[in-house]
Amino acid sequence: MYKYDEYDQAIVDARVDEFRDQVRRRLAGDMTEDQFKPLRLMNGLYLQLHAYMLRIAVPYGTLDSRQMRMLGHIARKYDRGYGHFTTRQNIQFNWIKLSDAPDILAEIAKIEMHAIQTSGNCIRNISSDQYAGAAADEVADPRPWAELVRQWSTFHPEFSHLPRKFKIAVIAADEDRAAMRLHDIGIQLVMRDGELGAKIFAGGGMGRTPMISHEIRDFVAADDLMSYLEACLRVYNRYGRRDNIYKARIKILIHEIGADEYRRQVEEEFAAVKQLGLDPPRAELERITAMFAAPAFAADAPTDIDRSDPDFAVWLDQNVKPHKQPGYAIVNVSLKPIGGIPGDASADQIDVMADLAERYAFDELRVTHAQNIVLPHIRVADLKAVWDALAEVGLAEANLDLISDIIACPGLDYCSLANARSIPLAQKIAERFADPARQRDLGELKLKISGCINACGHHHAGHIGILGVDKKGVENFQLLLGGSGAEDVSLGRITGPGFSEDGVVDAIERVTDTYIKVREGGERFVDTYRRVGMEPFKEAIYG
Amino acid sequence: MADGFDPDQTTMTDSGGGVQLRFRDDEVNEEPAVTLDSFLIGQSNATAVRIEPGDDARALLPSLDRIALIEVSFPSFRDGRGYSVARILREAGYTGELRASGDVLVDQVPLMRRCGFDSFAPEAPIDGDTLRRALDRYDFHYQRAADASVPVWKRRHG
Repeated sequence: MYKYDEYDQAIVDARVDEFRDQVRRRLAGDMTEDQFKPLRLMNGLYLQLHAYMLRIAVPYGTLDSRQMRMLGHIARKYDRGYGHFTTRQNIQFNWIKLSDAPDILAEIAKIEMHAIQTSGNCIRNISSDQYAGAAADEVADPRPWAELVRQWSTFHPEFSHLPRKFKIAVIAADEDRAAMRLHDIGIQLVMRDGELGAKIFAGGGMGRTPMISHEIRDFVAADDLMSYLEACLRVYNRYGRRDNIYKARIKILIHEIGADEYRRQVEEEFAAVKQLGLDPPRAELERITAMFAAPAFAADAPTDIDRSDPDFAVWLDQNVKPHKQPGYAIVNVSLKPIGGIPGDASADQIDVMADLAERYAFDELRVTHAQNIVLPHIRVADLKAVWDALAEVGLAEANLDLISDIIACPGLDYCSLANARSIPLAQKIAERFADPARQRDLGELKLKISGCINACGHHHAGHIGILGVDKKGVENFQLLLGGSGAEDVSLGRITGPGFSEDGVVDAIERVTDTYIKVREGGERFVDTYRRVGMEPFKEAIYG
Repeated sequence: MADGFDPDQTTMTDSGGGVQLRFRDDEVNEEPAVTLDSFLIGQSNATAVRIEPGDDARALLPSLDRIALIEVSFPSFRDGRGYSVARILREAGYTGELRASGDVLVDQVPLMRRCGFDSFAPEAPIDGDTLRRALDRYDFHYQRAADASVPVWKRRHG
């Protein structure tokens, strides 16, 4: 885990002071709401339908038990006893008073957390692979590189007023667990001639015009990374469109000028900025990397496991993933109980997860972009005890990557941008498919719901995606099939005319019934869709 | 003192092209700034140039040693292109006055200072106390920019 030194702490403390000053000036009427808005957004504070929402950064989704407990404390003291984990691996609180926001920031600064750049037209929280440091397939832990990027991007003076928000993901495995190709910039760590470096992708994104990123550089050495990113961002800051908010993301710029031309401009800029001494010395990457050293795994941890409890066995098969260290496992804690709100956790549940991390997981937790929590390093011998403790607080749902493991945005229940309610629909779908045996029979099926075209619920990347729209004052839901945010990245296609809330649940059932009829061998839903195409599904839905 | 801002030594006045803040001790350039197009096609005797957000500041690079004032226009505080303009000019070695004018807000001044702006002509006057707090607030910065601030990684590793 990264630990702040005096510099990191001074910067975060200064931010608390700055934001307190800004809130005071706003409340005193020295600033208009229009002037205050970008300032509060740069600090993750949104004005929603009913209250302010505060989004706290969880850099690359990693936190320790002390930080997790603080989130529980914030939920109890300033919110209504729960928090909502987001698709950027952050957490947001939906019932915040503006006047409390500076105090919340002061409390979280004490445990090395902040809300810096969790919103606004700037470089957002850096996301990463939730299995970092635990997965066998990574070439290195991606988080030290993500931390380097976090520091470089924090209060970057040139890139704090970009045309639009800017999202960066860092991964280090071929299996993409972070939707890296759907980011403004995606970084994949790769080895070349024994040297670790970064393959750079640019121009991906969701929103109303979803695009898959282009590879723009096959290798950037660690010593050049900041200069290269500086060049990428400068070209975007200068030439990204500012005339239309819906065309302002970098994906549109790259689409309009072409990836080759963007690459050429970046290379030209890189050649210039590389001379400026922007890159930290290798010692800085080494300093950070040392903080992410593997925990003290027992070399001889037992690997046998008693599977006699059938419910436990089901959870093992569904939510527990292999670890690079024999005798250890990666535990996924589902925040998707049937009928619950995807990504929500109560303060008590947050405390239990913190306790388990401290006792069993070398004091580490991860937030996933699918709105679940990971306990990354659990001894196989402790899995039963962990499961028992999770089950006691309703956190043992064995549905990872199944149809009820739904990503959903907050939707019209909270969000001022939404056209439709995502949460009740997610609950209805989960209830329709509640039978665990039926879910497992359907297999991996990533279902994602957005309550408006901004696509916070990643509907374009769902094997099944749902987009809520407003049709003459009535909520209407479009259905999409065939998207993926993983290494087999693809964008979903709309099936046809939209549905009512109940209608879309029925339509999904027709889709899954069709899949069961036409699937071959061990084919996943999305593989079947890719093989047979849209027609059989369309026929079943509308025919 | 992150920026060395001292209200007694820094000009806070509304004279000289609407300049309220100036972090230079040379004389204010009173010559009206010409547009970039005018400068490039004929008025290259001018020593003051105005850059609009859509202009390519690099067109000025061959002439920087003849220019005493570059005024960068911010029609909206949300439009951040001028920050890159400032960086590009300073990186090219421009040492003359670099003025941010227009919709420039107090919370933006520290970022603009880091990008190389050394004078400010805001549409709405900036409150001196708020500005002093803003400029003094951050003792450390993570990244190298156009100012003299030593990046945190350099402080860590020398």
